[in-house]
Amino acid sequence: MNLLNVENLHVAFRTEEGTFRDAVRGVSFSLGREKLGIVGESGSGKSLTGRSILGVLPPYARMSADRLEFDNIDLRDASPRLRRSLRGSRLGMILQDPKFSLNPVMRIGDQIVEAIRIGNRRMSGRDARRKALETLEAVHIREPERVARLYAHELSGGMGQRVMIGMMVVREPDLLVADEPTSALDVSVRTQVLSILDELVTRRGMGLIFISHDLNLVSKFCDRVIVMYAGRIVETLQADRLQEAQHPYTRGLLSCLPSINRSLEPLPVLQREASWAELGQ
Amino acid sequence: MMIEIKDLSVTFGSSTAVRNASFSVAEGESFGLVGESGSGKSTILRTIMGLNWNWSGTIRVADLDPARTPRKTLARVVQMVFQDPYASLHPRYVIGHQIAEPMVINAIPNVQRRTAELLDLIGLPADFQFRYPHELSGGQRQRVAIARALALSPRVLLLDEPTSALDVSIQAEILNLLNRLRRELNLTFVLVSHDLAVISYMCERLMVMRNAAPVETLTREQLRAGDVADGYSRQLLAAS
Repeated sequence: MNLLNVENLHVAFRTEEGTFRDAVRGVSFSLGREKLGIVGESGSGKSLTGRSILGVLPPYARMSADRLEFDNIDLRDASPRLRRSLRGSRLGMILQDPKFSLNPVMRIGDQIVEAIRIGNRRMSGRDARRKALETLEAVHIREPERVARLYAHELSGGMGQRVMIGMMVVREPDLLVADEPTSALDVSVRTQVLSILDELVTRRGMGLIFISHDLNLVSKFCDRVIVMYAGRIVETLQADRLQEAQHPYTRGLLSCLPSINRSLEPLPVLQREASWAELGQ
Repeated sequence: MMIEIKDLSVTFGSSTAVRNASFSVAEGESFGLVGESGSGKSTILRTIMGLNWNWSGTIRVADLDPARTPRKTLARVVQMVFQDPYASLHPRYVIGHQIAEPMVINAIPNVQRRTAELLDLIGLPADFQFRYPHELSGGQRQRVAIARALALSPRVLLLDEPTSALDVSIQAEILNLLNRLRRELNLTFVLVSHDLAVISYMCERLMVMRNAAPVETLTREQLRAGDVADGYSRQLLAAS
């Protein structure tokens, strides 16, 4: 039983001439209770794919799919009301930059309490408060009482990102879409954030879609990896077999990465081929 | 030595952003600064450029003291390239204007020809000078920022995370470009990055920083051999 089924997803935007141009072109995949990575360059459509699942595309985007099912709920013709009730409770999303995702004029603790009480209106203020502090502790924030009283601008990037993750997971969603959740973070904090996400998947059986441009990170962290180029999937791989990638685009991405021990020869540069963007390969 | 820093400390109000940093960079050398955000590496670059005031210690760039050198003179010796190519170009000026501006300020002759030469040097077609930044990709914009930094033929480039906002495929192109420019123009680099792999590829020597203070200085060979004394550097090495 798959948690999520996506078949032939298209997302289009209107061009200046008034026609529509597809930014996501026929993406199909399914997700169980696993960690699925989506990698690709900026503009490859990976974020739009994630946003389509949550239903948070900009209003001027046009989305269509043959199938877009979350736990047997057809999301294509779901009402805004149903969509909203799914978001936050069963579907969660973490965005790249906590600076833009947290409310700047509300204390951190109050924001988490709000998220908890939307989910359970009967919970008392005191219980919600206690749960908020537990949440901060669960994402490895020291001195949760102090941090709960802070505003977003008083947090470091890593703390802000952990708060965001805390707010999303406190409702225990079944599916979490994490869009570049660690690219604003330092390596040491990144390791912590990844272990929190990993724990949620293994312990609670959550499904995770991990969107990133960092191939190495994704191959270490995820179970499967989807590689996107120009709005379509060019290759799907088992994460531990990334080095066996067949598609020239994936191979090109892997080879142009600097590493600590590589030779000082010029880095190989990706030679793009028009055929990579063609459909039906 | 092209750059000599001794006991540099920088404060912002009550907080210390850099504490007792010392290093020197030879002419033509590339020196890396690595560390987590908030460790003070960008602050060192900005202080060398004369963009911070509250500092103590000694800074010499080509024997000039940034605190006592007129800005125009300093700008002809050292230039900086910033992290975000979207934020470092003026959205309403065409590319050619922005590359030419430092030359106009410094009354350099033949600005138009030199602008075309600079575009050629960084690998963009000459007609790009009529484009606006929003018509360029991130990698192209970073090339333009590099061209502008080279407009006054400086001897030192300070590079503050020049590729961390770019895709890896574009990063490779920019790193190759920087290496070629350093060779052809005999430039001296100070490169700030959080990515040890980039530093190892680009720099002969590097300094690891943590909590505003230098942890240790390593050569590329030491880094590659894992010959790292400090526990924090080892941790960074293990994580990348």
